Amino acid sequence: MRRLDKDRLTAILFITPSVVAILLFVYGFIGWTGWASLLKWNDLAMIAKGKLFPDVPFAGMDNFIRLLTVDQRFQVDLRNTVVFTLTFIVACLGLGLMMAILLDQKVKGEALFRGIFLFPMAVSFIVTGVVWRWLLNPGNSSTGPVGVNLLFKNMGLGFFQSAWYTNPEVGFIQPDSAIGGLLNSIGLDFVTTAKFGIPFAILSVVLAATWQMSGYTMAMYLAGLRGVPEELREAARVDGATEFQVYRKIILPLLKPITLSAIIILGHISLKIFDLVSSMTGPGPAFATDVPAYYMFDTVFRGNHFARGAAIAIIILLSVAVLVVPYLISNMRSEVKR
Amino acid sequence: MKRRFKPPKLTRVLLYILLIAGAIFYLLPIYMLVATSLKSYAEVKLSTMWSFPGGFHLDSFKQAWFGDPSKGTMGLSSNFINSLKLAIPATIISAMLGSINGYVFSKWKFRGSDVLFTLILFGMFIPYQSVLIPLVQTLQTFSRTFRPLLNEILAWKAPELLSWLQSLIATYMPMYGTIGGLVMVHVIYGIPITTLIFRNYYAAIPDELLEASKIDGAGFGGIYRYILFPISMPAFVVVLIWQFTSIWNEFLFATVITNKADVQPITVALNNLAGSFIVEWNVQMAGALMAALPTLLVYILLGRYFMRGLLAGSLKG
Repeated sequence: MRRLDKDRLTAILFITPSVVAILLFVYGFIGWTGWASLLKWNDLAMIAKGKLFPDVPFAGMDNFIRLLTVDQRFQVDLRNTVVFTLTFIVACLGLGLMMAILLDQKVKGEALFRGIFLFPMAVSFIVTGVVWRWLLNPGNSSTGPVGVNLLFKNMGLGFFQSAWYTNPEVGFIQPDSAIGGLLNSIGLDFVTTAKFGIPFAILSVVLAATWQMSGYTMAMYLAGLRGVPEELREAARVDGATEFQVYRKIILPLLKPITLSAIIILGHISLKIFDLVSSMTGPGPAFATDVPAYYMFDTVFRGNHFARGAAIAIIILLSVAVLVVPYLISNMRSEVKR
Repeated sequence: MKRRFKPPKLTRVLLYILLIAGAIFYLLPIYMLVATSLKSYAEVKLSTMWSFPGGFHLDSFKQAWFGDPSKGTMGLSSNFINSLKLAIPATIISAMLGSINGYVFSKWKFRGSDVLFTLILFGMFIPYQSVLIPLVQTLQTFSRTFRPLLNEILAWKAPELLSWLQSLIATYMPMYGTIGGLVMVHVIYGIPITTLIFRNYYAAIPDELLEASKIDGAGFGGIYRYILFPISMPAFVVVLIWQFTSIWNEFLFATVITNKADVQPITVALNNLAGSFIVEWNVQMAGALMAALPTLLVYILLGRYFMRGLLAGSLKG
């Protein structure tokens, strides 16, 4: 028995460095960022003193209040992040599920197709951004169409040409349209403004992100489809179900947990997306492709507004936590039960 | 034999058309990258960017690798090597830490160990923006602490045989603006995922196996050394691939922590290259291909294990 106690102690000793590192570098640093977000720490002079902690007065919630009520750039960023997250998740789930179902039909060369759909995952977001910036470059009067626009022109599909990420327009419900009029009449007139619109430029970034990540959802769905017992499908077919009905009524409901996992993984990636935006477009025309993570980087490391950046970071963290924490807890509970 | 439903011929054709259309969508960027990189300068024109290369030229590639002294642009070769110097040690250390942690959290559970593990897991999901400012502050404090020591080491007139050790220490001293600082950061923030993968792997190994050797007198170290470690290879491969790929591809930490060009990894250098107006687009494409090649190679050679790492990222591994 004594031997066991000694071993248990050794075990705890061995994980101590990792636990301490995580406590400090994750939880400690988050607390530190939270504290910094409450300070009046918005210029370089305060960091240049060579101290670990800045010696600055408290600002209370001012940084947050400014961001959420006054700061035009941040309001645009919030809109962009919502648009990005929703379109990105829908695109990845749709494309991934479609590809997985196609691959589930006993196709020839399945391994090759799977490999092709998934390889963008192995590439850096920076590479993706640099490449798609050229692919979706609209060109100018001296170069003529380039990239995808040129490809469309060559294929005789010129009408598909677009300004892509240089398009400054924002699509929103026009107040003088039928739906807009209805919304206005029931007091929802704020919806019929650009603040609740879709910036077209960001859809180009979504396209690049979907190129990179949809293979991942494909792989998750395919693993799920392979887990559906053949007997179940067979039984439904014997009962006279068409192939479409087999998927609709039997297989898709079984894939719900996978969809949930995928939404959480994709959602937390898109809420903090930085690399792709940074290498592909930057803030874009009228901040049409700006996102909170990019603003945070910009304002801290180029503008020295540490407290404002910290406040943005806390807002990003909270949005991710709302998504992830319930998932982690339910995961732990189900494991304890097992 | 299982009988399988055979869809009619036409839907079969449609199926392959859709699959091939999908393949074209995913391959288009890679085609453009490779085609552009292989063209000679004479062939590189925006109006013909989709045409096949006329031959096998490495002009753009060479310029991206070596730089162009006449324009004062730096090549990516040193950044490529920086990325190797960063990713290889960080990956190995992460894997070893993950293996030990996974062993403890699966086979030496104690009161509260599951809660502790969940707390560690959360570190996998945090947006790194929320630790960036303290991280820079801390690393700069490390710099102030270690710099005098480092200067002393560098000032020491080492015998020829030991001078490599000096530069090694200068590279890996964990502080702001060094590769060592970045290694430390990647090791720490890699703990959650590596611990998770090893824990899931070891959890599948029956406890009876361990009980038997405990009766034979094996302790904490013995069980790991003689029973678990020898059968850990598959988990190690998954973790090594996963960590190498993510560290190689990482950008945010790298751009914040390495402020000087001579220590920057390739993702940062590529991003700078692509933002520069004096570097032609074909050189940018060659640089992008260069940055993508190592991880693509890993993916092509070891794709099976890559997949497992990916699916482990979705927790239920």
